[in-house]
Amino acid sequence: MLSTLQSPRSLSRFSSRYTLCTLTAQSPPSTSPPPPPPHSQILSIRHSLLSRRLSAAQLAESYLTRLRLTEPHLKCFLHVSEDAVLEQAHRLDQMIASSEEIGPLAGVLVAVKDNICTADMPSTGGSRVLEGYLPPFDATAVRRIKDLGGIVVGKTNLDEFGMGSTTEASAFQVTANPWDISRVPGGSSGGSAAAVSARQCVVSLGSDTGGSVRQPASFCGVVGLKPTYGRVSRYGLMAYASSLDVIGCFGSSVADTGILLHAISGHDRLDATSSNREVPDFASRFDSIDLLESKPLKGLRVGLIRETLDDGVDNGVVSVIRGAASHLEELGCSVTEISLPSFSLGLPAYYILASSESSSNLSRYDGVRYGDQVVAAELNSLYGDSRAKGFGPEVKRRILTGTYALSAGYYDAYYKRAQQVRTMIRKSFKAALDENDILISPAAPSAAYKIGEKKDDPLAMYAGDIMTVNVNLAGLPALVLPCGFVEGGAAGLPVGLQMIGAGFDEENLLKVGHIFEQTLENCRFVPPLIEHDDTPW
Amino acid sequence: MSTTMASTFLRSIQKHPLMLYPTALFIRKNGVLYCTMKNTEVQTATQEKQKPRIKVPPRTQTITTNNVSKDYEAVIGIETHVQLNTLTKAFCSCPYNYGSPPNTSVCPICMGLPGALPVLNSKVIEYAVKLGLALNCKLSSNSKFDRKQYFYPDLPKGYQISQFDVPIATGGYLDLDLPVEFGGGHRKFGITRVHMEEDAGKLLHSESGSYSQVDLNRAGVPLLEIVSEPDMRTGIEAAEYAAELQRLVRYLGVSNGNMQEGSLRCDVNVSIRPIGQSQFGTKVEIKNLNSFSSVSRAIDFEISRQVQLHSQGQGDQIIQETRLWEEGAQKTVTMRKKEGLADYRYFPEPDLPGVILTKEYVDAIRDSLPEAPEMKRRRYEKMGLSMQDVLFLANDINVAQFFDATIAKGADVKLATNWIMSDIAAYMKNEKLTINEIKLVPQELAELIASIKGGTISGKIGKEILFELLAKGGTVKGLIKEKDLVQIVDPVEIGKMVDKVLTENPQQLEQYRGGKTKLQGYFAGQVMKVSKGKANPGLLNKILLEKLNAKS
Ligand SMILES: [Zn+2]
Repeated sequence: MLSTLQSPRSLSRFSSRYTLCTLTAQSPPSTSPPPPPPHSQILSIRHSLLSRRLSAAQLAESYLTRLRLTEPHLKCFLHVSEDAVLEQAHRLDQMIASSEEIGPLAGVLVAVKDNICTADMPSTGGSRVLEGYLPPFDATAVRRIKDLGGIVVGKTNLDEFGMGSTTEASAFQVTANPWDISRVPGGSSGGSAAAVSARQCVVSLGSDTGGSVRQPASFCGVVGLKPTYGRVSRYGLMAYASSLDVIGCFGSSVADTGILLHAISGHDRLDATSSNREVPDFASRFDSIDLLESKPLKGLRVGLIRETLDDGVDNGVVSVIRGAASHLEELGCSVTEISLPSFSLGLPAYYILASSESSSNLSRYDGVRYGDQVVAAELNSLYGDSRAKGFGPEVKRRILTGTYALSAGYYDAYYKRAQQVRTMIRKSFKAALDENDILISPAAPSAAYKIGEKKDDPLAMYAGDIMTVNVNLAGLPALVLPCGFVEGGAAGLPVGLQMIGAGFDEENLLKVGHIFEQTLENCRFVPPLIEHDDTPW
Repeated sequence: MSTTMASTFLRSIQKHPLMLYPTALFIRKNGVLYCTMKNTEVQTATQEKQKPRIKVPPRTQTITTNNVSKDYEAVIGIETHVQLNTLTKAFCSCPYNYGSPPNTSVCPICMGLPGALPVLNSKVIEYAVKLGLALNCKLSSNSKFDRKQYFYPDLPKGYQISQFDVPIATGGYLDLDLPVEFGGGHRKFGITRVHMEEDAGKLLHSESGSYSQVDLNRAGVPLLEIVSEPDMRTGIEAAEYAAELQRLVRYLGVSNGNMQEGSLRCDVNVSIRPIGQSQFGTKVEIKNLNSFSSVSRAIDFEISRQVQLHSQGQGDQIIQETRLWEEGAQKTVTMRKKEGLADYRYFPEPDLPGVILTKEYVDAIRDSLPEAPEMKRRRYEKMGLSMQDVLFLANDINVAQFFDATIAKGADVKLATNWIMSDIAAYMKNEKLTINEIKLVPQELAELIASIKGGTISGKIGKEILFELLAKGGTVKGLIKEKDLVQIVDPVEIGKMVDKVLTENPQQLEQYRGGKTKLQGYFAGQVMKVSKGKANPGLLNKILLEKLNAKS
């Protein structure tokens, strides 16, 4: 695939060598009240509500209207709670009318990946085995969003239990990419990425075990953030691979993504692996855009991971990423190519560890306490039949793989070795991040591909995770943001740049990402499906 | 919501004894043996032996094997599960109370709901360290939890959080003294390891056997598993090992150690080998041992069974299997045959951080450890008490503490021991009370002993006062004063009483002086009656004799 220089709307005005849009100087911020940064829906909503320009009900209705129009094509959601959304919006309007304090996420419609538990909505994990399951509690991340005034709009589609890279492995439906509905949105958080891309919601939660937030963010042209392992509580996230799983954020801007991350971060006494580290106020970074005039990222050391531009990576993607690197240089960064020799070992190690943990984590879906129980004459059949009926082929494949890898006699050759590889990868990232402030790479080897293209070739699909799995193995934070387009679909297909930071340095990633995003002139990552929608984003 | 979900029926599961845990299945049998015992009452293998038991028809083979068994020795190891009495479960904040209605003490975590995560109760580590230290183990400064994976309806997550290759404590030993009636003697049994894990729930099977229900109250309750070295040779040794372990966990306050409630569960491994052979024979595991006496009897039965097979040339019929002890029939029966080793696919628990023990932490716990039973016994021995007395006093921490407190108040050791072992023990037994429930306090026992020793009251009056104190409390001084019980030690006063009695019984006096000297007892009794029991018996007898034998 050749790289094209198209931004969907500004092809004629485009002048860079790459797919990049050009850097522009921003106008200085006006005096009070400062206008929200142009890309933040969350800040715009807050502005609209507090200035009483729009009511929460009006805002909610505008999103729901768009959702009703686009959802038949996209199938992002497994469950939408329209009535509850409107009810909460009305309640919020009453609060505003009586000048009550409103939370920082007040009126913000948040979509939640369906493997994250919500007390008042079904949570299936995209699996038949949990069809109709209603959790008795909210995941900590969801509870925090609700506590800050956020409105959960519904539950989004995913590959069953997060196992997949296309969202085709959902037991219920196939989600389409808003940029080209014949293409996959990526996965496993495909529903959450597509919903934000199509502006069916403001922001969304996903989960990232091996790239499940970052790759769909890249495919759908939205910002996706995989936080450091331990930054966000996993309580209420249906475990796939516990040592790799994190809840991540999607937004249509770095600012929104950062605000959402701030809302859900921090220690949780219900998750022993959640960190006690203090959570910086990421959001405070987003309005200092008067600094953009010249070389705002001066002195930032950026390492471009050579192995991520090797054979097997789409030429167009390579061009876009090199263009992004040039853009970072223009912003003042010093970009050098670096090598992570253990990079290629990450994929096999990841699939062994993730499958091993999943074979254990999914044991609880036995039909005894919840989910569908197959009537059987004896216990083994009850287990076997309930699970055979409840799980899809990809989940079964991983359970089998993991069971095998943990078996007596194989443990040392597989699980233990994979753990050793994991240690190596951690060390090589540590070394690279001692030398560099951030590392960059593509988020995926290609842009979104066709629905069905890799469905019957699991290895090809697994190979697509090469860009992301290492980051999970190392437990590091990574931000993916759209940085250009390659040819495909009606208006080109977005490509995401992955920025990897040191552990718990999301603040830096968000700062760099925000400046990068603000300076990409004429790149509006709004899919053609809703391009003519007149809502100001 | 939780309640209804957890009691989901296992529709159409046949009752399948091969797959069931004995603790869940055979609870009903507990009451038969020990129905008169109070839960809190200390049981030891010794004491059990003294209780009436179901009559068991004698087996003819016992006679045979007793002869043959001289040529064989048994090798016995025990795995003990001790349920910790922490306020909340190991990984969630549910309390656990034995006997609560099904699924009333459950939450998303101990039910294994999707998305729920375990968070370790730090008390579990504290208790593990306590027991590890008390068992003279080496503690792992850096241990971890692992997942042990198998499917069973009482195991909500499909895996048990346990410890595999790095247990928290290893390589210790347990000292104990065998009861005198079993030949006595000191023993030191090796401890292979102590590790932390969580308990499973319970299955409740319907009468018809057509369905089962799951009660998850017990799921997630913390356990310590203590694995012994194969150091025991007889059923008695094994039972006494278990009893000592129970004593120890009670001394430490980490568990109530109650076998009937399943707070202490023993699985034993038994094998035999010809004497002189170093290689172990095929080991058989025995489950469903709900009392120390069943531990002892099940092992003895199993040894007999194996020796008989072996001596009849059928040693190959001893196979590696799990057998159930059937209390009613007093025999072990096959529960399941082991087809290869079960593969539990252990791997490190990713939801829990590693368990790191700092030196300061361990030292602080070591400093706070109470005196262990073994130390107490050695101390009592040095006080000059017989082993019988030592064992009686040290068996129950509450009795030992009562005794220690009495001694601390200056009471004579031997006298205190006698009072506790005879009259106080008898009273507790009759009234079905523990030593903590009687009204007598150690200080008053010491006072009582001193009052008798000092001659303020007679032994007989002392006994009366004791029962008053046991039942109603109060002080020795108060009772003596209230009832005017001070002993009469004035020879003149006693002499007057003797004179009175002699005068009132001229006929008997005649007989006495005629040679019927046995009548002295009669006179003594009469004088004592006149004194209302308060006359000093020694003085009384001395004066009585003088007057009886005086030439009139
Ligand atoms: Zn619980």
